Amino acid sequence: MSTGIRFDGVTVTYGRTTVLDSFDLTVEPGEVMALLGPSGSGKTTALRALAGFVEPAAGRVHIGDRDVTALPPHRRGVGMVVQQYALFPHMKVDANVAFGLKARKAPRAEITARVAEALEMTGMAAYAKRYPRELSGGQQQRVAIARALAIRPGVLLLDEPLSALDARLRSGMLAELARLHRELPDITMLYVTHDQVEALTLADRIAVMDSARLQDCGTPRDLYRRPRTEFTASFIGTANLLPVTVTADGVRLAGTALDVPAGGAAVGAPATLCVRPHLVGLGEGPNALRGTVAEVQWRGATHRLCVDVEGHRVTADLPELPAPPPAGAEVTLHFAAHDAVLLPAGTHG
Amino acid sequence: MAEPVAVPDAVRRRRFPARFLLLPPVAALGLVFLHPLALVLWQSVSPNGGGHSFAAYTDVFAQAAFRDALRNTVLIAVGATAGALVLGFFLALVIAFVPFPGGKAIGRFIDIFLSFPSFLITLALLFVYGSTGMANGLWTGATGAARGPFDFLHTPWGVLLAEITYFTPFVMRPLLGAFSQLETAQLDVAASLGARAPRIVRQVVLPEALPSLAAGGSLVLVMCLNEFGIVLFTGAKGVTTLPVLVHSKAILDGDYTGACVVAVVNIALSLALYGLYRTLTTRMEGDRRARA
Repeated sequence: MSTGIRFDGVTVTYGRTTVLDSFDLTVEPGEVMALLGPSGSGKTTALRALAGFVEPAAGRVHIGDRDVTALPPHRRGVGMVVQQYALFPHMKVDANVAFGLKARKAPRAEITARVAEALEMTGMAAYAKRYPRELSGGQQQRVAIARALAIRPGVLLLDEPLSALDARLRSGMLAELARLHRELPDITMLYVTHDQVEALTLADRIAVMDSARLQDCGTPRDLYRRPRTEFTASFIGTANLLPVTVTADGVRLAGTALDVPAGGAAVGAPATLCVRPHLVGLGEGPNALRGTVAEVQWRGATHRLCVDVEGHRVTADLPELPAPPPAGAEVTLHFAAHDAVLLPAGTHG
Repeated sequence: MAEPVAVPDAVRRRRFPARFLLLPPVAALGLVFLHPLALVLWQSVSPNGGGHSFAAYTDVFAQAAFRDALRNTVLIAVGATAGALVLGFFLALVIAFVPFPGGKAIGRFIDIFLSFPSFLITLALLFVYGSTGMANGLWTGATGAARGPFDFLHTPWGVLLAEITYFTPFVMRPLLGAFSQLETAQLDVAASLGARAPRIVRQVVLPEALPSLAAGGSLVLVMCLNEFGIVLFTGAKGVTTLPVLVHSKAILDGDYTGACVVAVVNIALSLALYGLYRTLTTRMEGDRRARA
C-alpha cells in the first residue's frame, strides 16, 4: 500500500540557529520528491526529521495517516540510503540486507526469500557472500539500496546517495534508481540532492530549498520553464536574469522595450526577466536586444555567446555557428515572449 | 687537479651500518632493565646456602601462602578486568553517543584520570566508604546507628572496587577513540531499519569496538596482575597478591630468594598475558586491515 509524507510547519533549531524553518511539504503516495538545494539549505535536516533523527522544535511530521513526530526512528518504517553507504563492515552482503528483517523479527524463511529478492532486484545476487570491502562503490550502494528495500518500506529516504560515486557510475546508478521506482511504484521516495541533473532525471516533483526554507516546489519541467523565484531559476539550469521595470506600456530593460507578459507584476515595480540561454536566438526577431559580444566559447555542439546588453550580460547557447561573431562585434539577440518569465525582484534566496 | 668525488649516500651508509646506531639504546636498556631482571632470575636459583638449584621454586610452590597469592592475583585481576570492561564500555558508549552537557569535559577528564596514581583512588574510596567515610556518616547521621553498613573496603571486594574504579578509564580511552571513528550513519541506518538500541550496540557497535576492547582489556589485565599500591593502601586483611608477597618476603621476611621466585612467576604470568594480547591484537588488526 502506498504511503504519503506530510511536513506541517516543521522547524528544527540547533541552539539559536534555525536549520529548517516552517517547512510545509506534501509528498503523494508513490511519488518521487527531490529536495534540491545547496549545502546548508536544510534539505538533509528535513529528511532527518522525517526519519526521526532530529526532533522538530515546532510542527508535525506525518507518514501516511500516522503522526510520527514523537515516534523513535525504529518505529517509523522508513528505509534509508546514505551517501557513504553505511554498510556494516563486519557483515557479509546477505547479512547486511537481512539486518532490518532480523531486527523486525521476521521468520527465517521469509528473511531468506526477501534477502534473495532484494539482491536480485539490485543485481547483487552473485555477491551475497562477499564483505562490503570486496565491492566497488557502486556495488556497495546497490547493497545499501537492497538493504533498505528488503524491509519493504512505504517510504524510502535517499540522502545524496550518488555523491560518493564517480560521474560514470552516478549516471548508471541514476538509471538503476529510475528502474527500481518503475518496478516499485508504491514506494514513496524522498531524494535529497544538490545535483540538479539527479533531481530533474529522477523526481516527479522537486522541492527547491535555500536558507532553511522551501523556496519553490513543482514538476521538473515547471520549475525549469516557469520558475517562481530568481533562486529557482538560477539553481535549476542556467538562466539570464535581467533587471527590468514594469511600466504601463509594458516591460523595459533600461532603454529597450520588451514584449513579454507582465503577469501580475505591479506597474513601476522592479522585476527580473528570466530567459534560458538556449532559448535566446542570434539575429533579428521578437524582443531584439542589441549589444556587444564580450566572449565566445566553443562547446562542441554549441557556441556560447556572452553579449553585453544595456550594461547587463546576456548569455546565448546557440547551435554550433559556422562563423561565430568575434569579441567586440555588434550583434542582435532575440527571444520569444513565451520563453520569458517575469519574476519578483529580490527573490534570490 | 682532480675533481673531488662525492661519496654516494649508499656507500656512506655502508661505512656506518645502521645497526651500530642501535647499540647505545640497547646498552642502556640492558643496564637499567635486563641486568636487574637477570639478577632477579639468578637470585631465584641461588639459595642462601650457596650453589645453584631450583629448590627455592619447589619450596615456594609448596607454600599455601604462595598458592593463595597466585589465586588472589588471578581472581582479582580477572574480576577487575571484567568489571572495567563492562563499566568502561557502558560509560564510553554514553559519552560517545548520548549527547549531554559536559560530555566532552568528561571525555577530557578521562585523559587526566589516567595520570593519577593508583593509591589516590584507594584514598578517595576510603573517604567515601571507609568506616568514618561519607557514606557511613550519612547513614549514622540519618539513622542514629553507631556504625554504618559499608564495611567492605578491607575485603577482596574493596580491592576489586578500587581496581575497577582506577582501571576503567584505561579501557575507556581506546574505546572512545574507536567510537569516534565509527560512522554514525551506520547507527542511523540501523535504527531506521527497525533496530533498537541494544541490537545496534550488540551487532553494529560492539564488533567495531572489539579490537579496542581487547587492547584495553589486556592492558588492564596485565596492570592488575602487577598492581601493588591499591592492595597495600586498601589494607585488605588476608588479601595477598603476588606483588604484595614479593614485598613481604623481601622486606619483612628477608627471604630474597623466595621473593625473587615469586617475582619470576609474576613476570612469567605478565609475559604470557602480553604474548596472548599481542597475538589477539595482531589477529584483530589483520582482520580490520583486511576489512578496510
